[in-house]
Amino acid sequence: MNESQHLSSQFDEELGRLRTHVLQMGGLVETQVSAAIDAYSSGEISSVKTIVETDRRINELEKAIDDDCAHVIAKRQPAASDLRLVLGISKIVTDLERAGDEAKKIAKGVRRIYEAGHMPAQYGIGIRHLAEAALAMVRQSLDAFARIDAVQAKAVIRADSDVDTEFKSIIRQLITHMMEDPRTITTSIEIISIARAIERIGDHAKNVAEQVVFVVEGRDIRHDKEAIK
Amino acid sequence: MQVHDHPALKAEARDLSFFYGEAKALKHINMPIYDKKVTALIGPSGCGKSTYLRSFNRMHDLYPGNRYEGEIRFFPDNTNLLSPDVDPIEVRMRVGMVFQKPNPFPKSIYENVAYGLRVRGENNKRVLDDKVEQALRGGALWDEVKDRLHDLASNLSGGQQQRLCIARALATDPELLLFDEPTSALDPIATGAIEELVHELKKRVTILIVTHNMQQAARVSDYTAYMYLGEMIEFGKTDEIFIKPNDKRTEDYITGRMG
Repeated sequence: MNESQHLSSQFDEELGRLRTHVLQMGGLVETQVSAAIDAYSSGEISSVKTIVETDRRINELEKAIDDDCAHVIAKRQPAASDLRLVLGISKIVTDLERAGDEAKKIAKGVRRIYEAGHMPAQYGIGIRHLAEAALAMVRQSLDAFARIDAVQAKAVIRADSDVDTEFKSIIRQLITHMMEDPRTITTSIEIISIARAIERIGDHAKNVAEQVVFVVEGRDIRHDKEAIK
Repeated sequence: MQVHDHPALKAEARDLSFFYGEAKALKHINMPIYDKKVTALIGPSGCGKSTYLRSFNRMHDLYPGNRYEGEIRFFPDNTNLLSPDVDPIEVRMRVGMVFQKPNPFPKSIYENVAYGLRVRGENNKRVLDDKVEQALRGGALWDEVKDRLHDLASNLSGGQQQRLCIARALATDPELLLFDEPTSALDPIATGAIEELVHELKKRVTILIVTHNMQQAARVSDYTAYMYLGEMIEFGKTDEIFIKPNDKRTEDYITGRMG
């Protein structure tokens, strides 16, 4: 990544603003995921409304940042590291927005469970742990973006397989529950979709990290397991 | 760099240096020019890219005190274009040039194109007619001028004049065409026409183009060379140079960071 300044200070400002907005958006997504998980553990379903409202702001930010990317491309015809940054950002915001959607799904699922009078914590013991791992991935992928750090980004990508493994073990556990006691089926299915949403958040964080590697190194490492070893 | 990844060589600069009197304008340049490909030369003003380009048709020979070191090998015959034994006039038949500003001769459209052929001694009207039409078609100008071939070339628009100059260069069937900022005096439409033409031309000739317009280099060329202070800093496939250059100086230049 090239840290020296452009001849056009306006161009520097435009790129700087893009990066700041991505980090703002990322910060919101992080808060959303963490609030959704808190609601899951605590049963404070009043926060669900706030989560749903905040999601709209994330959607707006996605559109605004994409629009800014289009403007930079049209006005500046960025090349090399600048081009990679703008392309990377345009993909990163898509993943952040989707991670935000997953947080909203979790929140709504939590509300349905509690409103039906169930306590999810009795079922999915591993959920909290899974969520923390996914949340750490989101945080670290944003850190890697802020610092333009490909090494940290690759660590995030590697962490994704742990989240996947944990997700599968939660599913197995819930299936056992359902077989033992069919009355748990409705809640278990809700919890499965929550676990699935958390696992997807991990995937989105991984995609963000892959874009960071592209921005820094100019290599597209998507679907390439060898690249992160 | 693996050799077998690349097409055949049309020319190759080998340890090429050039002096304007005492001033060393090119420093030990080594660079391949691939056959029937477009190679763009980019770099800030004064970096030596035009000097380098002009070495290919021995234009520096026109002024005293200029001196070359090293070689430019020309293939398939492996001639050293810079050798004192090689006749510069013969070189210019094989290596055509188009300049920044269109410079038609104060003659008719027809005579502009026929000029190089007449210099070669061709006077048969049927041959000339044929060659002129071919060259004008090659320059994507035929349809616009076929009914007024004997009008003065200076009556054409700037973009048409530039295409006429390209047709004039094509008339002698050159193997290599040199373009020195061919569109810097043209509007975007005329520029687009020239760029389209370059794309067509590379089916039959090798092209070396100097441009200050980075997007143009990215659009028209297969290979790009970045020059700075008389040195060849980086040479590579255009796609790679504009997405992920290896040298920080190239990166700074193409991203507009150079002071």
